[in-house]
Amino acid sequence: MFAAKPVNLRNQQVEGLFRLLFGIMMVVLIVPVLMIIVMLVYKGGPAFSWNFLFTFPTDGMTAGGVFPALLGTIWLVVVSLLASVPLGVAAAIYLSEYAQQEHWLTRVINLATINLAGVPSIVHALFGLGAFVLFLKFGTSILAASLTLAVMTLPVVIVASWESLQAVPRAFREACWNMGATRWQTIRQVVLPNALTGILTGIILQVSRAAGETAPIMFTGAVFFLPFLPAGVFDQTMALALHLYTISTQVPNVPESLPFGVALLLVGMVLIMNSTAIMFRMYLRGKKKW
Amino acid sequence: MDNSTATQKPLASTIAIRARNLNLWYGSFQALFDINLEIKQGMITSMIGPSGCGKSTILRSVDRINERLGYVRIEGAIEVLDQNIYAPEVELAQLRKQVGMVFQRPNPLPISLFDNIIFGHRIHRAPNEKYSKQDESDIVEAALRKVLLWDKVKDRLHSKATVGLSLEEQQKLCIARLLPVKPTVLLMDEPCSALDPKGTAAVEELIWELRGEYSILLVTHNMAQARRASEECIFLLMGRVVEHRETDQMFMSPSCQETANYIEGRYG
Ligand SMILES: Nc1ncnc2c1ncn2[C@@H]1O[C@H](COP(=O)(O)OP(=O)(O)OP(=O)(O)O)[C@@H](O)[C@H]1O
Ligand SMILES: [Mg+2]
Repeated sequence: MFAAKPVNLRNQQVEGLFRLLFGIMMVVLIVPVLMIIVMLVYKGGPAFSWNFLFTFPTDGMTAGGVFPALLGTIWLVVVSLLASVPLGVAAAIYLSEYAQQEHWLTRVINLATINLAGVPSIVHALFGLGAFVLFLKFGTSILAASLTLAVMTLPVVIVASWESLQAVPRAFREACWNMGATRWQTIRQVVLPNALTGILTGIILQVSRAAGETAPIMFTGAVFFLPFLPAGVFDQTMALALHLYTISTQVPNVPESLPFGVALLLVGMVLIMNSTAIMFRMYLRGKKKW
Repeated sequence: MDNSTATQKPLASTIAIRARNLNLWYGSFQALFDINLEIKQGMITSMIGPSGCGKSTILRSVDRINERLGYVRIEGAIEVLDQNIYAPEVELAQLRKQVGMVFQRPNPLPISLFDNIIFGHRIHRAPNEKYSKQDESDIVEAALRKVLLWDKVKDRLHSKATVGLSLEEQQKLCIARLLPVKPTVLLMDEPCSALDPKGTAAVEELIWELRGEYSILLVTHNMAQARRASEECIFLLMGRVVEHRETDQMFMSPSCQETANYIEGRYG
């Protein structure tokens, strides 16, 4: 009575087929990523040393380390975060907690923000050049480049923060309001603490994106080579992503291990930051229950 | 008010909530029609009626949480303790201090039990008032004792309120957290409908304990509950008040045919 009927057999076949299909897709996706990492480690690994990390490039950038570029990338990322995080989180709080959700303007702004996240980075670069370098007269500087990166990452910071805020159940807000709490008291004491994980993850993912971009910083503050370290935000700087571009395409006679070493360093930084974000998220998720 | 009320007992004579010609629209949909009500102080008044008749809408107009939706329009007045709560000088925070709301699904905040209970109190205390840890503990203990929860939770006051409490306990907690600010009116929107029969009985018992000290407006779908747990009863139908009488009378000899149909329909 419970034996398989033809229809069951057919369903099983279809089931197997799709399982195989999706499995293959996954492999197709995973293999290139793995190959990239293996190749980077294999070819770039030998370049790694304390000297590589902590000295200046020498011999017309064909030898020596990448210290100024590494430091420059950290400068750019930190300054851009200082601009984009407060601004982005504040905007998200306004959109999620204060703005009338049904109002057409709110919807337009939400939509615009999401679309802004998809604008190519070279467009941001041109905007940064016009707005920060020329109009605001910051010159090509860490400040101008960081602000350009901030403009690029801002929409994603807003969207990620907005989503985390919206994920906090409405019932909590209603409970607070019904006890006479103002919006701010509610946000401060209940909504924000519970949205923090998501917001932080969104931000950390943006760090890796800002660290890896070349175009937005190329015209606005990053240079091929500087014999000294930047002393402040109005100086120019080297940066890892641009350095990689330079030694791979602009400088003759660079030993092969050098660009691969820089690439490995860049990917390593991004991977470490992303996995920190993920682990952090899992840690806080585990603690959070409602 | 006329003079005869002065001779009666003070609690039974004063009006906690009074609605005058209250009309309410959600956009172009009219949800309430000419509601006139007098809910007596210190009593439990239950509100019954079929789904969508406007019970929750009335509750939400009494603590003015409805206005948050931009498309709600209200005409007429609601008075709480003889003050028109829709007057321009009314501060929402002060209104909501007087009027507490209990929801259908218990919604303790995702903070510690202790912080849940003291939350309202912290919001409403003046900036210059100082409360020591001990003062706060006393307030929390009093509130939890009032809802008969103290013995159960006294050892885990500082763990999260959303973890490890049954729905019944969570709902009691949600009632307890209203008490420290000394409200006069408690609005309860089907407070037992997420609970099992044992939890329902326990919370009903608690509500009964609170009468006298608080004026309670209790929405329920459960006829038996309305009958057991309330002194007066309001029957609403399609946004209109059909009948408002003492509960016993209403259930024994309803004066309107609709009320009778509704009560009997539920009993089969
Ligand atoms: N936010 C809203 N927007 C538009 N219409 C609403 C809104 N809330 C309620 N309504 C409408 O108002 C009417 C009364 O709703 P209300 O929630 O007060 O009913 P209720 O008596 O509490 O019903 P239930 O017993 O199902 O809880 C319903 O017809 C409902 O569709
Ligand atoms: Mg309702």
